[in-house]
Formats: sequence, structure tokens, C-alpha cells
Amino acid sequence: MRQLIESQSDETFILNLGPQHPSTHGVLRVKLQLDGEYIVEAEPVLGYCHRMHEKMGENRTFAQFMPNCGRMDYLSALAYNHGYVCAVEKAAGIEVPERAEWLRVITVELNRISSHLLWFGAYLLDLGGFTPLLYAFDDRERLLDILDTVTGSRLTYCYFRFGGVYNDIDENFVPAVREFVARMRTRLPMYHKLVTKNIILMKRLEGIGPVSAEMVRKYGATGPVARGSGVSYDVRKNEPYSVYPEVDFDVPVYSEGDSMARYKVRMDEIEQSLRIIEQGLNRLPEGPVMAPKAPKILKPPKGDFYQAVEAARGSFGVRLVSDGTNTPYRLKLRSPSYSNLSLFGEAAQGMLIADAIALLGSLDLVIPEIDR
Amino acid sequence: MIRDKIKKEMAALSPVAMLETEHAAKGYDLDVRVSPDQVVAAAEIMDRAGFFIEAVTGVDWLLEAKAAPPKPKAPSEAGEQPEGGGAAEEAAPTAPEMEVVYDFNIASELCRVVVRTRIPRDNPELPTIQQVYPGANWHERETHDFFGIKFVGHPNLTPFLLPEDADFHPLLKG
Repeated sequence: MRQLIESQSDETFILNLGPQHPSTHGVLRVKLQLDGEYIVEAEPVLGYCHRMHEKMGENRTFAQFMPNCGRMDYLSALAYNHGYVCAVEKAAGIEVPERAEWLRVITVELNRISSHLLWFGAYLLDLGGFTPLLYAFDDRERLLDILDTVTGSRLTYCYFRFGGVYNDIDENFVPAVREFVARMRTRLPMYHKLVTKNIILMKRLEGIGPVSAEMVRKYGATGPVARGSGVSYDVRKNEPYSVYPEVDFDVPVYSEGDSMARYKVRMDEIEQSLRIIEQGLNRLPEGPVMAPKAPKILKPPKGDFYQAVEAARGSFGVRLVSDGTNTPYRLKLRSPSYSNLSLFGEAAQGMLIADAIALLGSLDLVIPEIDR
Repeated sequence: MIRDKIKKEMAALSPVAMLETEHAAKGYDLDVRVSPDQVVAAAEIMDRAGFFIEAVTGVDWLLEAKAAPPKPKAPSEAGEQPEGGGAAEEAAPTAPEMEVVYDFNIASELCRVVVRTRIPRDNPELPTIQQVYPGANWHERETHDFFGIKFVGHPNLTPFLLPEDADFHPLLKG
């Protein structure tokens, strides 16, 4: 028997992680070539959720494409709303009233927190801790209720319009958000006490799945993955849009590049989003939420336009090529997780399979956004 | 400013066109159009300057070619072609083309650079840049999926987002 094992030690075997695996959060398949428990080669296999949103964009009007934006990254749908409306507004030259801009920022940041909370719960579930998920979903549920009253949906939001937002907030919105912010501030220290300082978690994440700044650059990774590797890149700061230049907030950056760094970036971002929301509530001006002269039928001038926004997972970009008609000629949707996942193959080489799960989870993937 | 540095280095490639654009209006700062055989050199310039790759994609300009007014001598190309060298020159502007667009961005300052190139639609081939930017590997595969553009030297141009037996390219016009 011993002889048999020794003779096979040079051999590798293929293991499919997914397409239905709890840690892939959607239908992602990773073809792993393993030497025992060590990964020799990891190849993500995509396309199980592919719907060809870019083609859909070419055969409907600008406004008709709006609902698609909530169906790529279903966890931070409002950021995708934001990227798309900003691109079209840039092309068509539509001014947005200030109240609408602040409402956009407040709701996008609420959405970012709900996305990070879901990631927090699900990631710890991957790592074998069940309890944090229940805490995270408790908080997230309150957020979804708030967003539900203003946007009309719980998940696949379609709240923004070219020139503003779909409807104004009601009188309960501001007190409800203030209450949430205050509550979240008491919850975050508890999260850190319960989870971040947990020795088991530290052992599972520290030094695991290192991603260098050079790798981030070569693969075009953005968002918390880049900021966890010491790259201070946040579209809200580097390429300011909407009213972000007027908001005072920090970009958390950790230089370790391991899974723990990415974890910390997201946890810190929750606090930064709370700061942005607070400032938004304090500064929310009165006024219309839709540009009075926003045209019903949009025909942006010929040309090509690019707009990037900071979604929960990184830089979401829209390249809009207009031919002067009421439908986009070409609509390229650059999704952050696509680039973030592309470095997995290189980063996972030589890792233990259990550690690769920790790395995969720390990339915070949403597969329908990768597959589009 | 890094834009001027890139401009200077790109000028050495003698690009087809180079345009400084206003970020607020277009979303990028520099728009460079190079010939297809220069994309690797252009990517190397961006790499040396510390840019990261944001995306690679295509645009099928078939409809633009159709919409363009026909050249006075265009009908003759259906019949026998005179051996004069001028015919090829005249046919070129209306021959349908595809565009490949590379988006580069840098973390340290505000400067987004677009590198684009045009290739003939009936033979869409150009070199890969995945040896410069490994991240381009997936983007090029996706562009091959959607447009059928062949990136010469790419190690694995198999269907990626499309089904593995896909024999169509959904973003082709017409």
C-alpha cells in the first residue's frame, strides 16, 4: 500500500469545485488540478449565468435597459444603476438636481453596506462559522426595508432615472436611516469582537492568498481587492463623480495583500459608508428629484463615452457608443469581479484547497456580474 | 503630467490618430488610435508607465460602413477590377471594419487612456497583449466570443462566456 502511494505521489488529479458549490456563491466552476491537497493549477470556468446583457443593450432604448442594471451585480444594484445613468447623462448632457444626486449617493452607500454585510456573513459561512451570518442578515434586513420603501424593491433596484431618481423619499426615510446608522455603529464593534479578533479567523486569513500590488495592476483588479494590496484606488476619490467630491471620507488601504487585509478593507468601508450617509442626510437639500427638462426620448449625440463608478466590488465601467439614435450602438459593461477573479488562477497556485476557499471568498464574487 | 509622457511615447509609434479629450465630457483623457501591429508596443508603453488594464472590447462598425455614402466608383468593384493601384485606396473607406478598444487607467492620478485599433471585418486578426498584461487574457477571450476577433498568439481562444459549442458571435451587427 505504502509503495502504491509513493508511486502515485507525482501524479495529479482534476477536481471540479462547483458549478454548484456553497463557496462559489452562484454557479462558478473552478477546475482544480490537485497534487494531494495542493493546487497545481486552478482554472475558473465561466458562463453558467451568461445572459448577454451587452446585446440586450443594443436592441432596446436607453431607458428600457435600466432594469438590466439591477440584474448584473444583484448585491450592489444601485451602483450599477448609477454607472449607467451617469454614462447616459454624460453622453446626452443632462443636468441632475442636487437633491437627486444626494439621494443617489445615500442609497448607493446603503446598498454598499448591505452588500458588504452579506459578504461578511457568507464569507464566514464559507470558513465554517455559522453565527455571524445571522447577525449580518439581521442588520441587512433593516437596510432592505429602508431601501424597499424608497426604491420599491428589495434587491434588483431600478431607482435611478436619466436626470434624477424615480421618486422622492417619504417622511420616514431620514429618521429610519439615522436610526440604522446609530445602530450599525454599535454593531460594528461587536462584529470585531466576535469575529475579527477571533484567533481561528486570524489563523485562517492572515498570510493566506497573498496578492501583490503588481498582480493587481497586471490583472486590472479594483475595489477592496486592490485596496487590500496597498493600491489606493477608489473611483469615488480618483475619478470623482456625482457629489462625492463634496463628501469627507477616507479610503481604507491595507498593504498586506492577504485575505485578512481584504476582510479589513470591507469592514472599514462600512464605517466610511456610514460617514457618507450621515453627511448626505445633513446636507440633503430641498428641491426636485428629477431634472425638469429631462427628455422623454433620448438621442445622445454620436460619440463614445466612458463612465466608471465604485461599486461594492470595484470599478464598474460603462462604455457607451452612440450613433445618435435612441438605442445604444454598443454598450460595454466592465464588471469588477471579472478582473478580480482573473487573478485567482495565478494566486491560487501552490495553495491548500481549504486556503483557496478563503482566497476565493475574500475576492467577494458575484457570478451573474462576471458572466453578465 | 503623465498624459504628456504617454503622448510623447505614443507619438514615437506614429499612431493613426491621437486626441487629447476632456475627462468631464468623454470619461477619458487620451484617445490613441494605432495600427493593429502596434498594439503590443502600445500596451508595453502603458505597462512601463504603471497603468493597469481595465478592459478590452470590440465594436463592429458594419452599420457605419453601410450608412456611409457610396464612393462614386464603388459599383465597379462588383465587375472586373481595373489593374490600377487607385482602386484599393478608394474601396478602403467603405470596407467594413471592426474596432478593438483597450482601456487603461492609473491609480496614482486622474488619467484614463483609450487605445484603439481598426481591423478589416472579413479578416479580424491582431496580436494578443496577454504576455504584457496577463489580465488581458480573459478580456481577449471574451472579445473573441462576442465578435470572433482572433488574437494571434493567445493560448486559449475557446468559448468562455458562451456555451462551449457556440459557433456564433452575438455582437456582430447585421
